[in-house]
Amino acid sequence: MSIEVKNISYTYMAKTPFERKALENVTLTIEKGEFVAIIGHTGSGKSTLAEHLNGLLVPSTGEVCVDGVNLKGKGNDVRLAKHKVGIVFQYPEHQIFAETIYEDIAFGPRNSGKAEKEVEIQVRNAMQFVGLDYDLFAQRSPFQLSGGQMRRVAIAGVIAMEPDYLIMDEPSAGLDPVSRDAIFTQLMAVFKKRDIAVILITHSMEEAAQYADRLLVMSKGQIAIDGKTSEVFKEQRGTLQEVGLDVPESIKLTDLLCAKGLKIEGQALTKEQLVEYIKKAKGWS
Amino acid sequence: MLADITLGQYYPGTSFVHKLDPRTKILATMSFIVAVFLAVSATSYVILVSFVLGVIFLAKLPVILVVKSIKPLWIIILLTMCIHLLTGQGEVIWSWKFISVTKEGLSMGVMMSLRLVLLLIISSILTFTTSPIVLTDGIESLLKPFKRVGVPAHELAMMMTIALRFIPTLLEETDRIMKAQMARGAEFTGGNIIARAKNMLPILIPLFISAFRRADELAIAMESRCYRGGEGRTCMHELVYANRDILAATGIIVLILFIAFLKWGGELCAI
Repeated sequence: MSIEVKNISYTYMAKTPFERKALENVTLTIEKGEFVAIIGHTGSGKSTLAEHLNGLLVPSTGEVCVDGVNLKGKGNDVRLAKHKVGIVFQYPEHQIFAETIYEDIAFGPRNSGKAEKEVEIQVRNAMQFVGLDYDLFAQRSPFQLSGGQMRRVAIAGVIAMEPDYLIMDEPSAGLDPVSRDAIFTQLMAVFKKRDIAVILITHSMEEAAQYADRLLVMSKGQIAIDGKTSEVFKEQRGTLQEVGLDVPESIKLTDLLCAKGLKIEGQALTKEQLVEYIKKAKGWS
Repeated sequence: MLADITLGQYYPGTSFVHKLDPRTKILATMSFIVAVFLAVSATSYVILVSFVLGVIFLAKLPVILVVKSIKPLWIIILLTMCIHLLTGQGEVIWSWKFISVTKEGLSMGVMMSLRLVLLLIISSILTFTTSPIVLTDGIESLLKPFKRVGVPAHELAMMMTIALRFIPTLLEETDRIMKAQMARGAEFTGGNIIARAKNMLPILIPLFISAFRRADELAIAMESRCYRGGEGRTCMHELVYANRDILAATGIIVLILFIAFLKWGGELCAI
């Protein structure tokens, strides 16, 4: 069970003066149960790659298969395969349209032809996942909510489709730290409970380090690095810096502390880990 | 899918036509439109069509791009053609049951649809070769003399600039919303007209909301940079006529005179 991407290339606005190559010969496989972070600069092709993973964009060359079904076709199996891949776009709250929160979240499940009973259960589950109380919110208008709450409704709208592969494009952009943490906590809960693949697209190396097991670094439409998060930080620091990225702050700080003579064992992927390591090194714990 | 709409999109270049002053181009386009309505004979249409082809060549525009600009209106063009074909009076050249096509109807139909095509193409050429900003600068400058009779030239131009500026943004937004809804299994094709209209709601509502939001943000951004209308505002790029504008103006005047001569020349000679 996996998404397979074989040698895809994509060109925006082909044959006009605005022609721009967004992806060049990208190959990768994402297995169910993986938590992958795609990281790279603006314009490196992250979002374009994501839109290929469920057939919203059709590659100029190469192919994308979800659970063995090539997304290029038109049949019913292709439609079902596409439904297995959910995408939460950047600023997903901008896609909200329905009169009530219930209706908006139910849009996806209804489109996959579920019966109303089932739809309701899925909406309930999805709302629970994103931390919105069903009885309190279901019949409210989504447009009266705060930005963070609206985003949760939009995310629930994708989660309600119960995708096997969940793509999130910058889910934390423009949110305050509290909402940001809430969204990631809920995302991890979905990830752990349903054994799905999560593909997180982000600018922030800290986010990637904290949550992802595997790191895909994109640069100029190509995959520059593909590897386990901890190994990438250990072995590919040079390549990371070459494409204008760097290791997370916690690792940089570890290096500085080591240079000052503090003996820290291990790799601190998050602030919390670093605190633990420092405590250990100082013999405080 | 939405990238196919080309009307009103600038095609960058450095050709003779691109470099013309926007005022020249606007006036020339308007004159050409007058010429199209003056043209009645087949000869004048041949001249008009070759003029348009000449301009396309001069502007170094890909022909496909120009042809594509007809796409949004091709149904109307076809309809015009059919109505004239079927309702013309005169010498019958082909008939089947109650349908008959007359020679007059045919020539009228061809003429009318050719007119539409020419109008569309010439105005597309204007927008292909002139960036929206320059275009509105030109319009503002042309409207200035009418300020005394109460035409708010600057405000009109500013509204147009903003509208034009937001066409691509809204298209992009539409594209994004469509993708987001498609990712949730929405389908926009198929079904009868009512079902289709209903399918459009998940796109239209977010689009309107974002348009209002953008308008709000823009208004605040403009006010916070002390925008207060056209009073005392100066231009960063002053428009200046060059020699090539005189050349182009001569060209279009000759064209108009020629077409006018073809229409009325006979009568003039008779006098």
